Amino acid sequence: MKLKTFAVLLSIALAACQSNESKTPTAAAPMTINGAGATFPYPIYSKWFDEYQKAHPDVRINYQSIGSGGGIKQLTAQTVFFGASDGPMTDAQLKAAPGAVLHFPTVLGGVVPVYNVTGVTQPLRFTGAVLADIYLGKITKWNDAAIVAVNPGVKLPADDIAVVHRSDGSGTTYIFCDFLSKVSADYKSKVGVATSVNWPAGVGAKGNEGVSGLVRQTPGAIGYVELIYALQNKMTYGSVQNKAGQFVTASLDSVTAAATGAAIPDDFRVSITNADGAAAYPIASFTWLLLYEHPKDAARGKAMVDFLKWALTDGQKFAPLLGYAPLPQPVVAKEMQALGKIQ
Amino acid sequence: MTRSSDDRSFRIGTGAFAALVLLIVAGIAFELTRQSTLSITKFGLKFWTTKVWDPVSGDFGALPFIWGTLYSSILALLVATPIALGIAIFISELSPRMLRQPLAYLTELLAAIPSIVYGLWGIFVLVPIVRKVEIAMGAKPALGVGMLAAALILAVMVIPFTSSVAREILKNVPTTQREAAYALGATRWEAIKVAIGFGRTGIIGAVMLGFGRALGETMAVTMVIGNSPQISASLFKPQYTMAAVIANEFTEAADELYLHALIEIGLLLFIITVGVNLLSRLLIWSTKRRAVTTVIAPVVAEVAA
Repeated sequence: MKLKTFAVLLSIALAACQSNESKTPTAAAPMTINGAGATFPYPIYSKWFDEYQKAHPDVRINYQSIGSGGGIKQLTAQTVFFGASDGPMTDAQLKAAPGAVLHFPTVLGGVVPVYNVTGVTQPLRFTGAVLADIYLGKITKWNDAAIVAVNPGVKLPADDIAVVHRSDGSGTTYIFCDFLSKVSADYKSKVGVATSVNWPAGVGAKGNEGVSGLVRQTPGAIGYVELIYALQNKMTYGSVQNKAGQFVTASLDSVTAAATGAAIPDDFRVSITNADGAAAYPIASFTWLLLYEHPKDAARGKAMVDFLKWALTDGQKFAPLLGYAPLPQPVVAKEMQALGKIQ
Repeated sequence: MTRSSDDRSFRIGTGAFAALVLLIVAGIAFELTRQSTLSITKFGLKFWTTKVWDPVSGDFGALPFIWGTLYSSILALLVATPIALGIAIFISELSPRMLRQPLAYLTELLAAIPSIVYGLWGIFVLVPIVRKVEIAMGAKPALGVGMLAAALILAVMVIPFTSSVAREILKNVPTTQREAAYALGATRWEAIKVAIGFGRTGIIGAVMLGFGRALGETMAVTMVIGNSPQISASLFKPQYTMAAVIANEFTEAADELYLHALIEIGLLLFIITVGVNLLSRLLIWSTKRRAVTTVIAPVVAEVAA
């Protein structure tokens, strides 16, 4: 008897589910486009998608910030329509995708060194070589001759350096290691470039907040965080010597300058760390939106192209408000051309 | 319908749910193995015994993570077990009746706190204290984060589990056991010893439950352990655990082998957890057999003497 009642209830429940399902896709509903990927651009992307939907109620873009690696995976599996990544896809990853994937830089970000040195109030200066040797565990004291040499007039204590890096896989780590690998052959061979690496020294903390928290608490600590995080939290950070030999403090302008100084290839898969230009901040990077050149669904493809055209022009004005560096004009012009390839 | 057919359908129904549990466990084992085949075939048993974890060159060994997981959990157990049992004994045997409920409620509340909150408490309260201890002991550089902080935070998280279960066990010891002890002239402490002896198997189960909890804890540990894959007996060195490395690196692992290696760590954690549970079953089984002769007899002898 009871079993029968249960079976009846179950079938009612199942029927209810089915009727719900059949209701959802109607002609009047807006077109939904799903994307997934990097966490770094999530604030600007959600702002963009929100603003864009206000102007275009027929298009709704959903974005899940699951990480660059996850974004590339889902794009390859075609479970999302577009992906997003803080590092360009590798040749192997491009080959694994079922169709040609195009990269579109959307905004720029920078990575800055933060530290906690007892008795030092003025901003410190770093060279790429010094940062590389600190993270290799070769420079272990704050009064090391190499640090003193680039910081004339600063009284540095004889404290031990406590190295802090990200423990979670992150585009921030990728950009930081990319720069250090360019300026130090030793770093390139011993550590290399990836979202997670085999660190020769230091402790790992989770997220920008973990790194900055640990640095703030630990006397003698050094870490690296996203520029946007440092700006929002009003942290002091060091300047870094660029390729032209200038010590540049990271700012939205100096990060944009890095993209101006770099030569941009046609596929936009380019690292702009250690870029040319006297004003360029050396630890900067694009973040990319990933689209198939020949999208399966032409209507959605066109909607994404329209969206990107807006994001690269009118949309750029939202970038500085949220702490992102906008793209320089030549890069935008080049991308507008590339968008024509999608069909 | 007859009564016996109701009985039968009830048996089939509950049996199906029990079978479901088996199916889920088998499914987890199968899926973890299937999704880590690349790493299993490439590294084989070396995965268990090598120390390098290098996503750049694609070289993976899990030993530092296994070490960190077991070491931190055992340390946590050493700290938590006496405290948890003390709480349980106090609440069930010694505490004034009025205090019993509030105390039990407060310890259980500890279990309800989300682990991220424990982690934040760890970063902002526990780690600075540990750092002060390290500075006082001359450790260099004094980081605060590391094995000691992780073990302490795990201990706090484990206590409510162990103490709640142990308390229930002690509550269920028949009053006749204690009365018998008193009748023989036992002191209060001796009567409690009899009660503990009677509930021994359950108490071991409570401790192992805590151990299982410590093995799998992720968020709070990764926030305070320092996340550095190295094998060291030092309490102050930053280390790493299996659950923490999966949580940290899974989202950004785009490379196939890398992903498979991370999932194989999940498989190892699964195997180790199953092993620990088997071990605790064995322990319970063997103490059950010895309980009467080894626990109660000496107390009786002592009292009689």
